[in-house]
Amino acid sequence: MMSLRISNLTVDHGAIRALDDVSFEIARGQLCAVIGANGAGKTTLLRTLSGLKSATSGSAHWNETNLLHGKAEQLVRHGVSHVSEGKSVIAELSVKENLDLGALWRRNKKESAETKTFIIETFPRLGERLEQRADTLSGGERQMLAIGRALMSKPELLLLDEPSLGLAPLVVAQIFQAIRDLTTSMGLTVLLVEQNAMGALKIADTGVVFNLGKVVANDFAPALIADPAVRAAYLGY
Amino acid sequence: MYELINTTLIGITSGSIYALMAIAIVLVWRSTRIVNFAQAGMALLSTYLGYEFIRIFHSFWIALPLAMVAGALVAALIDLVFMRLLVKHASQGPIAAVAPIIATLGLLGVIRAFISFFWGNQDLAIDSPISNVGYTVGTHTLAISPLKLAILIASLALMGVLTLLFQRTNLGLALRASAFAPEISRLAGVRVDGVRTLGWALAGAAGAAAGMLQTPNGTGTLSPDSIEFSLLLVFGFIAAVIGGLESLLGAVLGGLILGLVLAFVLTYISGSLVFITGFVLLIVVLIALPRGIIGAKGARRA
Repeated sequence: MMSLRISNLTVDHGAIRALDDVSFEIARGQLCAVIGANGAGKTTLLRTLSGLKSATSGSAHWNETNLLHGKAEQLVRHGVSHVSEGKSVIAELSVKENLDLGALWRRNKKESAETKTFIIETFPRLGERLEQRADTLSGGERQMLAIGRALMSKPELLLLDEPSLGLAPLVVAQIFQAIRDLTTSMGLTVLLVEQNAMGALKIADTGVVFNLGKVVANDFAPALIADPAVRAAYLGY
Repeated sequence: MYELINTTLIGITSGSIYALMAIAIVLVWRSTRIVNFAQAGMALLSTYLGYEFIRIFHSFWIALPLAMVAGALVAALIDLVFMRLLVKHASQGPIAAVAPIIATLGLLGVIRAFISFFWGNQDLAIDSPISNVGYTVGTHTLAISPLKLAILIASLALMGVLTLLFQRTNLGLALRASAFAPEISRLAGVRVDGVRTLGWALAGAAGAAAGMLQTPNGTGTLSPDSIEFSLLLVFGFIAAVIGGLESLLGAVLGGLILGLVLAFVLTYISGSLVFITGFVLLIVVLIALPRGIIGAKGARRA
């Protein structure tokens, strides 16, 4: 079965245990929200799955690909794309160059051109600004560009780290809607790390709640929204 | 009048060689954030190899591209077996910023020792492949000779090729992206380590070209502790910093400005002030335009 399977994953930052015996699964095509307070290990989880950080023990597989045995630049060739925290675009490059960067490794240039056309149709604002430097974009446009760059790598598994960070509420709603639509239309499997727990759970199929490096809840998103303990701790009411 | 023209011509020719050296320094800086003091040694070694190629093929113009290839290979090898290991193991703590720079200084000594071991300490001559006697206009001799013209054309052609490579090709996009944001580049699938080695290789080739062109233009001789190559490093470095250390165009402009200023000081003031002038110019630029003449928006801080 196509899925993301994480079992007993433990990751250390020097003497600090960032992830402690984490296990959960996501079926293909599902959007999973990862929520929890600052320092709960959410970002570490994504950095480990994309090959930026090495694990201490445990396992993580995307289908047949062992995510703990590859470097980031190799895993992206196996369908794993990571949009790291804080609008991961390259400020000095143009919008077009940022997009092209994601597809440099792809051999089939006709296919990558089609992907680019699709991304520009999805985010028309990027199409209007192709020749502009990325640092002239607004926060929301930069986030669109970061997601667009990740999509250029033809991902199956998309790892998103706080796409709502620093954005106005209206823009956050747009970005979340785009993530939901892309998940469905492209058949992506998405791991969405968010501080904005309510916004993320509303568009998600499932959710995983982290606290101090451990999974404390893992359920369908509506069930988590209804859970009194989760509401009190993470949804603020 | 002729003195003015000649001074300008001398400045442009020597400036274009400084520019090549500056390009080499900028290439390594941009792709690895290392100020490569070994660049002079690498250029010297490539020129010694070029000297051997001249003996084999009896042609400077065949030896020049071969020396550039050899320079590229030497530089790539240095990155693969030495710098990568060093950066990996000394990437933590206060030493991380200086360790690679100090290491390149050490490397400079190692390369010079290596050269004197293999070629000995005597001067080797590289003859000018074409006349270095200036063209004449009427009774005046201009400071531009067929050799100097060839140097100028070769330098400009190299700069043109490198600029096209960086701005118009996928490889150039990977090189620029890796320099600005290695982590994002890796996430986008760029093999950043390989791209960095390529940055070193390009720098090695540019340095080799600078060494090969400067030698017949200058004293015509090579020695392991050549003052000429030390000056090439110092002036190349000054040119790179004047240009903001980030941009190829800046390196070229920095080289030409430095070449012209030094030529005018040499002709109109005194030869003994040339060395000092380079540093004064560096300090003035650093104070007035701390991010170089091309700095500001195009570049970004280290």
